[in-house]
Order: sequence, then C-alpha cells, then structure tokens
Amino acid sequence: MKADRKLIQDLTPEIENTSITWYITFIILFGIFATGVYGLYQQIDKGHIVTGMRDNVVWGFYIVNFIFFMGLSYSGALISGVLHLFNTGWRKPIIRIAELITIISLIIGPFFIFFCIGRLDRLYYLFLYPRIQSPITWDVIAIMTDLVGCFLYLYLSFIEDFAILRDYPDLKVAPWKKKLYKTLSLGFTGTEKQMKILNNARTVMAAMVIAIAIIVYSVLAWIFGVTLQPGWHSTIFGPYFVIAAVFSGTGLLIILMWIFRKIYHLEAYITKRHFVNVGVLLTVIAAFYGYFTFSDYLTKWYGSIKMDSILIDKLFTDYYSLFIFANYIGILLPCIIIAFPRFRTIPNITIAAVIAVTALWVNRYIIVIPTLETPFLPIQDVRPDWITYSPTWVEWSLTLAGVSVFAMLFMLVSKIAPIISISEMQEQDENELLN
Amino acid sequence: MKEKVENESDGASRRNFLKKVGVGVGAISVAGIAGSTILKGNAANAKSGKKIKLLSPDGKLVEVDQDDIKPAGEIVADLKTEARAGLHNRKFSMVIDLARCKNARKCVEACQEGHLLPKDHEWLKLYLLQDDNLTSKYWFPRPCFHCDKPMCVSVCPVGATFKRSDGIVLVDNQRCIGCKFCMTGCPFSARVFNWKDPEVTVPEGHVYDPETNIPALEGTVGKCVFCADKLRIGELPRCVSACPMGVIYFGDILEDTVTNGNETVRFSKLISDRAGYRYREELGTLPSVFYLPPTQRMFPVESGLEDTDESIKGRYKNAGPR
Repeated sequence: MKADRKLIQDLTPEIENTSITWYITFIILFGIFATGVYGLYQQIDKGHIVTGMRDNVVWGFYIVNFIFFMGLSYSGALISGVLHLFNTGWRKPIIRIAELITIISLIIGPFFIFFCIGRLDRLYYLFLYPRIQSPITWDVIAIMTDLVGCFLYLYLSFIEDFAILRDYPDLKVAPWKKKLYKTLSLGFTGTEKQMKILNNARTVMAAMVIAIAIIVYSVLAWIFGVTLQPGWHSTIFGPYFVIAAVFSGTGLLIILMWIFRKIYHLEAYITKRHFVNVGVLLTVIAAFYGYFTFSDYLTKWYGSIKMDSILIDKLFTDYYSLFIFANYIGILLPCIIIAFPRFRTIPNITIAAVIAVTALWVNRYIIVIPTLETPFLPIQDVRPDWITYSPTWVEWSLTLAGVSVFAMLFMLVSKIAPIISISEMQEQDENELLN
Repeated sequence: MKEKVENESDGASRRNFLKKVGVGVGAISVAGIAGSTILKGNAANAKSGKKIKLLSPDGKLVEVDQDDIKPAGEIVADLKTEARAGLHNRKFSMVIDLARCKNARKCVEACQEGHLLPKDHEWLKLYLLQDDNLTSKYWFPRPCFHCDKPMCVSVCPVGATFKRSDGIVLVDNQRCIGCKFCMTGCPFSARVFNWKDPEVTVPEGHVYDPETNIPALEGTVGKCVFCADKLRIGELPRCVSACPMGVIYFGDILEDTVTNGNETVRFSKLISDRAGYRYREELGTLPSVFYLPPTQRMFPVESGLEDTDESIKGRYKNAGPR
C-alpha cells in the first residue's frame, strides 16, 4: 500500500522522532500519575478512611469519575459510528481521535470502580459468584462487551494505516516498530476483495458499537435508577445518561481536535469546518440534554413529594452555584457561542467545549452526592463530621491520575500510529481529484 | 451441622434397616461386586447396639445408634451453610414501642459490645424524628428492618448478602467485595461500612459466622443481624434484653407471639390495639420491624437528651421537622 510522503509525515509527526516537549510533558504527566499511585497505596494500606466517603455518602469522586469517563467513550460511538453509517465526508480527519477517546476512556473508567471497592482483592468474586439480578453484573457484562467491540472497531480502522506504514520504504523507525506494523496489518495489501471485507466489517461494527454503547450507559444509569433513593429513582435516567454521555464525548472531541491541531500543526487537515460541524452537533445534543435535565428537575420540583422537595431544596441551597454552573451555564453558554455564526471561531468553539465537559462532570457530581446526603431517614446519630462529603487529597490525586493516564495513553498511541487516518485522508484526496 | 442431623433423622429408619443386614449405605454398590466377603467384614464392626435418644430440629424424639453419631466434618463450612438457610419454620419479627423510648441507648451499647463493633460503626441507631413542624418529636430506634423484599439482597453482585427462610437478612463478610451498592440500595440507611481496620480482639478459638458477623472486616459492609446467634440458642436479641424500658418486643409471627422480656403478648393483638405500622410502607420493601405510634408516652421527648454526653447531644443538632 502506498501513500503520499507528505501525508505520512504530516499525520505521523511523532513516529520517527520524539521531541523534547513530548518527553517533558510525559514526565510531568507521569509525576501526576505517580501521586495517584501513592494515593492508592495509602488507601489500600489504611483503608477507605483516607477518602471523604462515609456511611451516608458511600459513593464519591470515584463513581462520578467512573460515569464521567464511561460517558466520554461515547464520542467514538457517535461521531465515528454514526458518521460512518451516514458516510459523512467531513468526518475523515477526526474519526481516529474519536475512536481513540472511546477506547482509552473505556480502559480508564472501570479503574475508578476498582478504587471504590472495599475489597479489591476479591474483585474476581464478580466472576466466581455472579448474580444476574444485580445491575453491577449487567454492568460487568456490558462494559466487557463494549471494550471488545470498540477495540475491534478501532483496530479495523487501523489495518489500512499499518499496511501503509509497513510498505513505506524509508520510514526511520526502530526495527520492532516495523515488525509491529507487519504483524498488525495482517497481510493487508488493499486488493479489492480485502477492501470489501474490511469495509463490510467496519459498517457492521459501526452499527454494533452504537447499540452496545447505548446499552452500557443505560445499565450505568440503572445502577442509580433501580434504587429507591430520591433523585435517582427516575424512569428518565437511562436515556438521560445516554444523551449526557454523547454530550461530553462530543465536547472532548472538540478539545482534543484543538490540542492535536496545535501541537502537530494539522491546520491543513482539521479546519474550521470541522470545528463548526462538530460544534453544531454539540449544540443539538446540548438542546436534548438540557431538555432532559429540565424535564427531570421540573417534575421533581413541581410536585409535593417530600423527599423530592428536600432534595431540590438542597440543590438550590448547598449546591446552588454548582447547580447553576452545571445545568444552566454548562448547557446554555455552549449553545449561544455556537448558535451565532459571529461567535463561531475555533478558540470560541473550543472554550464552549471545555465549559460543556466541565459542566457535565459537575452535573454527575450533583446527581450522585446530594442524593446520598438526602436519605429517607435524616442523617442523625453519627459523628457530625461524617455527615457531608468532601473529597480528600487521595480522591483528587486519583482523579488527576485518571486524566493524566488519559493524556499519556494518547501520547503513546501517537508514537506508534497516525492520529489522523492516512488511508481515509488519501481516499478523500482521491475523491476530491475525481470531482 | 443441624442440617445433617435433620437428614439423618429423616432417613434414619431406612438406614437402620440397611445396617441391620450389615450393609453400610456406601457399601451397597460394592457389595454386588465383592459379594459375601464384604458383607461379613461389615457385619464384624457394625453396631455397639447402644441407642441414644436425640431431639431433631423439628422437635421429634429420635433414636440413633451410638456408632452412627459422627462429629461434623468442616465446622466453618457448616456454620455458613446453616447461617444461609435460617432456622426452620420460623419468621422473626420485631415490634418497637415508640411511646416508651427515651434514648437510654442501652440497646446500642449492648449491640456494640455483643458484636465487638468498633466506635463509629453502629448497627443500631436512634433517630429523633419529627414528621412536620405541626407534629411532635419522637425517639425512633432503627435496627435493620430485615425486609421481605430486600433491595440490598437484589442488588448484591456476589450474593454476599442474603435472605433466610426465617426472614433474617445477613451479610457474609468473607464474600462481600465492598462495592457498597447495598448501602445505596437500602432506603433505611441500615448498613454501615468498615472504613478502616476495626482493630477488635476476638476471643481465642472464635470462628467467623455470618450470624454474629464477628469479627468485622475492613472494606466490607456490616449491619444488624437480629442476633441470629442468640435466636439459634433460644434467647432474645441483645437490644431487647438490654432495654430498661421494654421498648422492643421480639418474636415469631408464625407463633403470633412477641415478648420484650417482661411481658409476652399476641403480636396481632398488639399491632391492632396500638395501631402498629411499618416505616415507609409505601416503598414496598415489607419490613419485619413494626412500630407502635408514640401515643400516651411514658417520658417527655426532651428527657432523651438529659444526662447524655455532649458528643451524643451533638448528633441530634440537625433534628427538626422534615
């Protein structure tokens, strides 16, 4: 398989040599990661007492991060899967990033469940003594299926690129990398038959990852939805969580498009058009997401069910600023920025995406924590300092470690594989020539 | 252990018959092949002929040959199987008389001591509730409700928490992975987590049993066990015996009898005379714990905060209408 030299050099800037900035960034990220490891060591050594979680707020930052990272994995399913099925032309430079977000966040997400579990040494009991009644078992099955599905989908999109890199004559990389490309390209040479098989497989997997992703996030929502707790026990939670996940995944895609465009000088490939298109997508999703949020809280607020009222009161007092940020600013501001053409610059759209993703994390926080602080029986007869939740440094360090691992994995992948699909871009070029 | 005895008593007559002709149960299949030699061999060490009378778990007097009585093999395994099965033909229930409670906290102390529970890890809690600002405050002891439709059991991913035939819900902390889903599942905040090593000294020779849940284990969930170990030996739960006011009645619904240690009454009559109810019936979890409304109280509610520690008073600062 052949490809234009410029294309390869542009799209794989880190494969042949490693810049100093890369090393420095990586070392800093590794430092953050190491702090997290130390935090985890403390937690295992001294017990969960080192976290801010206590008998009422039994789930804290870890679960928030878990559902947040699982939500980010939606970018692959939606952007890549849906756009692939509709054969949208402009998707090509960005689908690789979207698919990588999916797989990397899917790997990181479950780790936060591991941090939350009191007996990590008994994790395998989930497989040894599984009970199908429990939504956690549904979750284990769903996440594992999702991981396999998304990994396959990502790999299928990589095969052509590995073949190109394998056949490229003067690629200055270590011999083990060349060997790796040879193995991973599975003898793909781009014959008509091979192309047909590959394309069919990708179409099937695109449809599958969309379906699996919806199941995974619904199951995640049902972990909350099936309980009787005020604020969680809601029929809207499944679809609400799905749309929230798509929202955050799309937001993160914009952020990463901006970062990669900047550091790898991909201005020629990722253009304003891409930002505007994904931005518009974000606005549409934000509208749905805002509608679900409003609908959920309106019904709780309008009625007179006591526990709902207590919860809403709490949200509008103790959690007032977080609530306003998550559910007003975080939804309306991105919409306003992207809806008006004159605000639609690349930096503005990126800022809108940063606000959207941060607000969504806060939204997850105010779904999990205030409900746990509002049990049916008022929190009494406990140590007064055990009543409210505030995260400790251990939880912060592990949260930041999750983010740093996310970045590190992206950096490592960019050392081995192109961050924009070479084969797709080449196809695009050929199409443009034909037209 | 008892299960084995039970099985034995069921099959006792059949086995005795077999033994009479000198064939052990296990030897039947072999007998066909080896013939009379084995029959002879078995007959030699068959019986002492000495019968011992035993009471089976369902109350029948049975006679067993002395040689048939064998020590149970693995005690730990047996304790666990039994703890999961529950006491035969029983359905335990508790009735708490809110008119008598004055936050004496003797129940809490007895529970903590009896189950070697560490500080800040209480299975039994006392709430100072007020339903509305037009209604009055009342003390509300809350054990685990041992619901008949327990959400905690449904959501447990590994079967660490389970419902027994006698209505008791227990936690096996050697199975629990500490995911805390049961804690968010329980609408009554009945479950507590071991956030750190409980640092309890367990008496020598003690074997873990979910019926006592001793010792507590870091990273696992604990909760009120209805003193299943006491029930097994025919005693009342610790909180019931410890209460100086006779607040807590305990008994068996199938027998329609409950007792607070001083008086024994008909469960159905008590509930109907005093308008007994269950907390948050609308949630549909069907608790095994009933409450009698705080009418014609024996103590003013404020007396519950007299002569108590400052640290205890601090636990009720946020008490108020809700």
